[in-house]
Amino acid sequence: MADLAARPPLLRVARSRLRLRSGRAGAVAAGLVLLVAVAGSLLAPLVWPLDQSAVALDQTRLAPSWAHLAGTDDLGRDVAHRAVYGLRVSLLVGAVAALVATVLGGVVGGIAGTLGGRVDRILMRIVDTIAAMPHLLLGIFIVAMLRPSLGAVIASVGLTHWLSTARIVRSELLSLRTRPFVDAAISGGAGRLRVLTRHLLPHVLPRLALATTLMIPHAVWHETALSFLGLGLPPHLASLGNMINDGQGSLLTGAWWASLAPGAVIVVVTLAIAVLAARWRDRLDPRIRAELHL
Amino acid sequence: MTRSGRLAGAGAVVRRRLLIAVPVLAATSVGMFALGAASPVDPAKQYAGAAAFTASEENLAQLRANWGIDDPLPVQYLRWISNLVQGDLGWSTSRHEPVASVLAARAGWTLLLIGVSLALVLVASLLLGALAAYRRGGVFDRALRAAAYAVQSMPVFWLGLAAIAVFALALGWLPAGGLTDVTATSTSWSDVAHHLILPVGVLAVSQAPWFVLFVRDAVAESMRDDHVLAARARGLPGRTVLFGHALRTALLPFLTLVGTHLPELVGGAVLVETVFSLPGLGAVTVAAALGSDFPLLAAITLVTTAVVLAANLATDLAYAAADPRVRLDG
Repeated sequence: MADLAARPPLLRVARSRLRLRSGRAGAVAAGLVLLVAVAGSLLAPLVWPLDQSAVALDQTRLAPSWAHLAGTDDLGRDVAHRAVYGLRVSLLVGAVAALVATVLGGVVGGIAGTLGGRVDRILMRIVDTIAAMPHLLLGIFIVAMLRPSLGAVIASVGLTHWLSTARIVRSELLSLRTRPFVDAAISGGAGRLRVLTRHLLPHVLPRLALATTLMIPHAVWHETALSFLGLGLPPHLASLGNMINDGQGSLLTGAWWASLAPGAVIVVVTLAIAVLAARWRDRLDPRIRAELHL
Repeated sequence: MTRSGRLAGAGAVVRRRLLIAVPVLAATSVGMFALGAASPVDPAKQYAGAAAFTASEENLAQLRANWGIDDPLPVQYLRWISNLVQGDLGWSTSRHEPVASVLAARAGWTLLLIGVSLALVLVASLLLGALAAYRRGGVFDRALRAAAYAVQSMPVFWLGLAAIAVFALALGWLPAGGLTDVTATSTSWSDVAHHLILPVGVLAVSQAPWFVLFVRDAVAESMRDDHVLAARARGLPGRTVLFGHALRTALLPFLTLVGTHLPELVGGAVLVETVFSLPGLGAVTVAAALGSDFPLLAAITLVTTAVVLAANLATDLAYAAADPRVRLDG
């Protein structure tokens, strides 16, 4: 740390510029990955239709080649082709579940943050207690009772992931309430509802959008984890979790691509979301950026 | 505050925590029970398995009557919850044995997996996080953070499968799963330890990023504290300043956060056990879910939650006892 302090300020500025620029390159790459992923999963049925139940038993466990970019699985199905559709399902489930969780968390956090005081204390204690439940176990319970299906998976993810959103919205509202512009609005005669909708919500919404975006990777992991355990989406459906689960047997016979390639898709896409969200957070809160690039 | 005063404070904290935790757990159990009751699966047919196709309707009705499934739901709930509170966890319909004996036979392996992984993660993250914070923005710091973000985006079961592909199949160093060799006739500790290296390593690596990043930020923060600057000014060697002064300040808040991260570890352990076919709680949980085994699933979920809550409380109290400046607000 001593050498850092001794460094001339000019050099430090140059270094931080450089760091920012390299950060931008990462963000551009992440944006491209995400663009390809979203466009691919939206356009796939038009450009590259898939018969979910088709098998080719004369082409099982072929290694990756130009004909099959990620090889074929134990039923001769093209792994890359199914992975595109798996990503489509995962992103859909992830986005819908993240929205459900955001609405739930936003309502609870909103009530706690606007009313404050005793209601806030009790609500947040309840949130802390629910946070102590292993959410994978709770998710497994929900899916097991509702029988595995798309709706059950979305419910399972949505009902277990709203806690962090509630905390973010609540703390944001509490810190906003003490700002002068809110006092000014109240002394100007604005009612509770007007303060909430005109003065508080516009500040909370960007945070809420960021929290939703950051939740999509978690929702995707949760969905793939359930499918991997055989408790998620119907087994014939090409989903990333199902493919990793199906590929386990092939993996043990040396055909690693059937399991690892769909997983690599999850890793790349969630990494891209994380990089973009980090950049977005830096813009929302310049103080953190200054710290990061010190 | 005097020592006895602080102890009395601890009693009040425990009371306040229970005052919230008990109603929340009760409400959760009602919710879970309602979900179980709404489930389209008939527990009698579930229990009978393939025999349900040949069993007479009278036999099935007899089963239902024995279990009191036809009683009104509130009666059933009260019976279930009062048995649960008295320590009777019920009868597992998927494994055909008492839930308590399933837990007793399986929980040990899961605790072993979680315990060893957690110890490994703590040691590694304190060491690596502190080293990264020492030269913030340096090569090691940036490499470690990049690695942490990369690992953070890998699902733990995928990491496990990749580890099997590399270390068990390609290199042949370690077994791909199970607890003992296929040829083994008895369980020896060295065999079990050999089989646990990969699962423990995978769980530890997958959980490490969160801990490493937290330690790194906390130590970087405390490197700027007055007492650390003073230690530097006295000319103490860098290692002493880092581990003796900066890390020590950052250590206490870190320990309470370990408690809040436990649920993640439990979920990770379930997935790792499935990947490596270990005989822990993970495998029974999945089997119970496939068989819609309400008593076993509900018991596992509620018991682990109670354990995590107790662990959180214990770490918070230990924190307050170790640092007199801390006041717990409930």
